[in-house]
Amino acid sequence: MTSTTSTAAPPDGAGRGGPDGTGAGADIAALIAEAPVPQPTLAKTFGAMMAREFRVLRRNSISTFMRAVMQPLLFVFVFTYVMPKIGGGFMFGGTAGAAAASGSGAAGAVNFATILVPGLMASMLLMQGIMAVTFPLVMEFSWQRTIEDRALAPVPIQVLGVQKISAGAVQSFLGALIVFPIVLLVHAAGQAPHVHVTNWALLVLILVTASLLTSALGLLLGTVMDPRKMQMVFAAILLPATMLGCVYYPWSAMHQIRWLQLLILINPMVYMSEGLRAVLTPGVGHMPMWAILTVLVGGTAVFGYLGTRTFTRRVLN
Amino acid sequence: MTDRAARAPTAPGPGPGAAIGAGTAIRTADLRKTYQTSRGDVPAVRGIDLNVPSGELFGLLGPNGAGKSTTIGMLTTLVLPTGGRAWVAGLDVVADPVGVKRRIGVVTQNNTLDMQLTVAENLEFRSRFFGLGSGEASRRAGQLIDAFGLGDRRNAMATDLSGGQARRLLIARALVHRPEVLFLDEPTAGLDPQTRVNLWDILRVLHDQGQSILLTTHYMEEAEALCDRIAVVDHGEVLARGTVDELKEGTGADTVITVRYEGAVPDGLVAETGLAARPGVEKVETGHDRIRVFASDPDGVLGELVAAGARAGLTVRDAAQLKPSLETVFLNLTGREYRE
Repeated sequence: MTSTTSTAAPPDGAGRGGPDGTGAGADIAALIAEAPVPQPTLAKTFGAMMAREFRVLRRNSISTFMRAVMQPLLFVFVFTYVMPKIGGGFMFGGTAGAAAASGSGAAGAVNFATILVPGLMASMLLMQGIMAVTFPLVMEFSWQRTIEDRALAPVPIQVLGVQKISAGAVQSFLGALIVFPIVLLVHAAGQAPHVHVTNWALLVLILVTASLLTSALGLLLGTVMDPRKMQMVFAAILLPATMLGCVYYPWSAMHQIRWLQLLILINPMVYMSEGLRAVLTPGVGHMPMWAILTVLVGGTAVFGYLGTRTFTRRVLN
Repeated sequence: MTDRAARAPTAPGPGPGAAIGAGTAIRTADLRKTYQTSRGDVPAVRGIDLNVPSGELFGLLGPNGAGKSTTIGMLTTLVLPTGGRAWVAGLDVVADPVGVKRRIGVVTQNNTLDMQLTVAENLEFRSRFFGLGSGEASRRAGQLIDAFGLGDRRNAMATDLSGGQARRLLIARALVHRPEVLFLDEPTAGLDPQTRVNLWDILRVLHDQGQSILLTTHYMEEAEALCDRIAVVDHGEVLARGTVDELKEGTGADTVITVRYEGAVPDGLVAETGLAARPGVEKVETGHDRIRVFASDPDGVLGELVAAGARAGLTVRDAAQLKPSLETVFLNLTGREYRE
């Protein structure tokens, strides 16, 4: 075992091989001698980690696509095709439109599809952000702790947390974009949404910050939640955030129920829905842009800070 | 050892702020880890001092729960020490974890392969994490796959590998960036004997190339077969260290004879045998129902223990005479059976 020279000769037994086939002592020796000298930098490692995410996304493209498409497709189908057909568009289009009109002061019929476009996009942002970050994280922290694979990459652990937020934000962003073609194509006659982008830069800014916000929230949830209580995420977070997140109604219309209108201000979803409403469907009343941007940017910073902190603590025990 | 150190790989030396010389792979000084749990503080590592020269294959031997994995965790920067210091490849593991991670390869005890990726992708992406371009990473992955006999599993998902294949891929993955120090935590735990011998061969080849290696194991024969030097660890402390031969000689007692009786050993039975005063007997220990003798000259000891039991009306339940081995070393150091 110790009688060696520095040549690549396989020692006793190395050429033996087995059913698993490791008869490659010389090859293994060459691995050391002929190894490239790596020069990792933060940017290269970060880029490689992102490339890994896209490879996995591409491999799972069908399931990822299904996950991203089915929810908005069914929502839009039921609310802008089925409901208007069976109810004559009365129930939803009527009341929401009236409320929107009273909120914004703009007259004219705002149909439900128009209310739903920004709301559905916000809902997708949240759903995709959590699905893309929280659930994989729970797996990575489970008994095999596969998180250690990337934790050993030559970057600080915080960078790994930021990378997870970035990768989740990309999925969240794409998930929101998928809503566009669906709402434009699927609706009953005369029920097309009135979408009019007033400011493209602002739209991109809101989509990007909202994507980062949801995926930072996803990181925080994935690191603080007990894996055995993951169903709680749906019941206690996703469901109330969506139902009370101005997805199906504009915030201004809530003035009828003042206490609720104030209570839901703690819900980040409200600002995502309203922000998108402001830039996509200006015909519908929305809350002031300064409030929207303050919460989206501030919320991203707060959740990002808390998420990477709890993440680092979980990785380094 | 010196010839090995001379052949140590010409990898980049310790960077700025190096606390130890280039000839040292691992050093720890009073390294400690105490976990805070709801049941109070649980000390896992209680002041470990190690000094592993470059090129050495060093083993941490101890039963499960001895603190070996925690020690490896601290050396590989994933567990934060609560006391003492540690340097790997010349760098402080707490002050410069990124520098340490650049210079180490780690084979974790768990299967931490990326289950979303194929065999080849596991190696490619790990190479890219360490700064290789994608073409170079792909070449390196191919080289590792061939050397580790995984050619026919190249495009298999990591989830579909057998235990032995997964372990080989874990080792291959730890070598992508030519680490200065390779850590292996229980590399053969749970593997069948044939696969284990194959892995031993791989580790020997790496060692012969001058690779610095620290491995933990709870298999005595593994430590004996592979390691230049060993530290015997239990309850978070190093009980003894040295080469296998040094450890065996160091105990002063070559053979351990243990007799267990059907009933409790009565007071005075040991004294009556006169064994403690007998030349060649180093130590006699009495348990509830057993007597254990550490002897350099074991002749007649077993017979005397059986006879003494018979005189006291005790039937022998079982008896064992262990030749000098790491197991006798462990028994001598702790007075306890080795808990595997």
